[in-house]
Amino acid sequence: MKAQRDVWGQTLVDLARTDSRVAVVDGDLATSTKADLFADAFPDRFFEIGIAEQNMVGVAFGLSTLGFRPWLSTFGVFLTHRALDPIRMLVSQTGAPVKIAASYSGLLNGSSGKTHQDIEDLAIMRAMPGMTVIAPADAIEAEAAIRWAADHDGPVYLRLARDAVSDIFSPGHAFTPGTVHVLREGNDALLVSTGVQSSRVMDAAALLAEEGIEARVVHVPCLKPVDEAALLSALSGPAPIFTIEEHSIIGGLGGLVSELVTSTTLGKTVTRLGLADAWSESAPNSYLLDKYGLSPARVAGQVRHALADD
Amino acid sequence: MSRTQATKTGTAELQRLAAAGRWHVIKTVADAKAGHIGGPLSAMDLLVSLYFNELSVDPGNPQDPARDRFILSKGHCAIGLYSVLALRGYFPVEELATFDQGGSRLQGHPDMKLTPGVDSSSGSLGQGLSAGAGMAMAAKQLGTDFHTWVMLGDGELEEGMVWEAVHTARRFKLDNLTAVIDLNGLQQYGWPVSEDDDRFDRSNPWSGVDLSGVFTCFGWNVISIDGHDFDAIHDAFDRVREQRGSGKPTVILAKTTKGKGVSFTEGTYKWHNGIATPEQLASAAAELGQVFEGEAK
Ligand SMILES: Cc1ncc(C[n+]2csc(CCOP(=O)(O)OP(=O)(O)O)c2C)c(N)n1
Ligand SMILES: [Mg+2]
Repeated sequence: MKAQRDVWGQTLVDLARTDSRVAVVDGDLATSTKADLFADAFPDRFFEIGIAEQNMVGVAFGLSTLGFRPWLSTFGVFLTHRALDPIRMLVSQTGAPVKIAASYSGLLNGSSGKTHQDIEDLAIMRAMPGMTVIAPADAIEAEAAIRWAADHDGPVYLRLARDAVSDIFSPGHAFTPGTVHVLREGNDALLVSTGVQSSRVMDAAALLAEEGIEARVVHVPCLKPVDEAALLSALSGPAPIFTIEEHSIIGGLGGLVSELVTSTTLGKTVTRLGLADAWSESAPNSYLLDKYGLSPARVAGQVRHALADD
Repeated sequence: MSRTQATKTGTAELQRLAAAGRWHVIKTVADAKAGHIGGPLSAMDLLVSLYFNELSVDPGNPQDPARDRFILSKGHCAIGLYSVLALRGYFPVEELATFDQGGSRLQGHPDMKLTPGVDSSSGSLGQGLSAGAGMAMAAKQLGTDFHTWVMLGDGELEEGMVWEAVHTARRFKLDNLTAVIDLNGLQQYGWPVSEDDDRFDRSNPWSGVDLSGVFTCFGWNVISIDGHDFDAIHDAFDRVREQRGSGKPTVILAKTTKGKGVSFTEGTYKWHNGIATPEQLASAAAELGQVFEGEAK
């Protein structure tokens, strides 16, 4: 069990040994994101731009036009919000092979509070034509996604969490864009999740099982592109659908699943769990997970409650 | 309505307040297990001088429309501001213990909707000077004569938006706006030390750059001081007041030491943030307690 940020720098160092295109463009946060490992190993391909996120994106784009595959590395919030226009025009609209490593994503960022919590990134990035949007479940899937992205000739958004969660996948796991993973079978409820929240949802499913409620857990690591047929088949059956994400309930995974379900004749209700159109706050992780209904116990409680109401 | 000056506070008292403020920073961050140290400590003498000797504010009436405005643009130094606001009487010093805890009025970054005395939210660097320019423009438009102060970090100056605001402030002749730059020579990570810079374990972000000249070229008044010298700080504030009417905004370039006041945090980027061990807390208490007595336990 490692944190995604811990495998981030190390994986890039590994890749850079054999791939001269790999470069890192940092925004003065290499000690937090762990990109400092890369800075030490490959100082010539580590570009410290300072506290200037829009500038970082422009520089990364420029590097990419001469064969580099640069990784933008800073807190995700300052890329998806501060630097959104350059990402939109220079990266998404050109299809440049710039990789956006969004560190400290979601709610849990070491008590920094709402200014640093990025709970809208999936909605924003999903809306970008041509952007691959990945939210890995654990450090193993993060590493696999980094390796895949390094080889992909186009823009990639990678949502990385600060703190470790229990592993879902086993070492050697490979990432394939679009794939949907059914992590657990069950016919009483369908729990769809993404990112590190999937690990907490697995724990929630275990709690529900203790009460005799068997939930199918569907992990969607790639919000774009997504294998729609595979996701629809994972969502079929009579059980009600819940989407659970460390993100706003608007436009992220809940948006994706709702869009998909309403464009078919599946005719099922989707209950979206996550940040209900509200800004959060500074607090320890356990407090935030509990308050915003994302801890295993709270997820299980909400599912149990909804099933009882049916 | 004319501007009322804060009652003058003597240097010895300012030193005591700054030491108390520094202690609250390091202790609160250690207890919360999260937060910044180096920037709050480098800014402490400036913050104390502003709140105890310059700003026309009333802690009992924090929303007074005539109050001077202060924006901590380098919002990660919130605990420094909160410590000074508490010492100044905006809320009890005991409330500092709620920093970063769920439901607290004292968020990791300043929140104007929660904390009495906070005039603008901040946390994403580079936005405060624009906010201050807007306040100064409104003041001119409405004919109110409060002064707007914005504190920025030197790393923060790398943000393009800062320079957009520098342009706006000159364009709109905002002589009622002052930027105070905490030139502590370090940011969070920055660049390795280069030959022209031997003082720190990381390079000064502006080494080789004539910052004073840059602001002058942009049409600002420039005052360069030692940001730990209370007399120099007060002279600078006096000159800011004299410049009102000049049609130019003023920048105070305050040279400081990151982590100032506690030996083991001084002059290193490694204490940009950090949690002091019990032993480190004891040594900080001993060092600071000599100045402000008793309180550091
Ligand atoms: C837009 C933005 N980018 C990055 C950060 C993360 N960050 C917080 S503090 C800091 C370094 C700030 O350095 P400086 O302005 O010199 O402040 P000080 O030395 O006074 O702490 C960084 C990069 C941020 N808060 N906002
Ligand atoms: Mg600095």
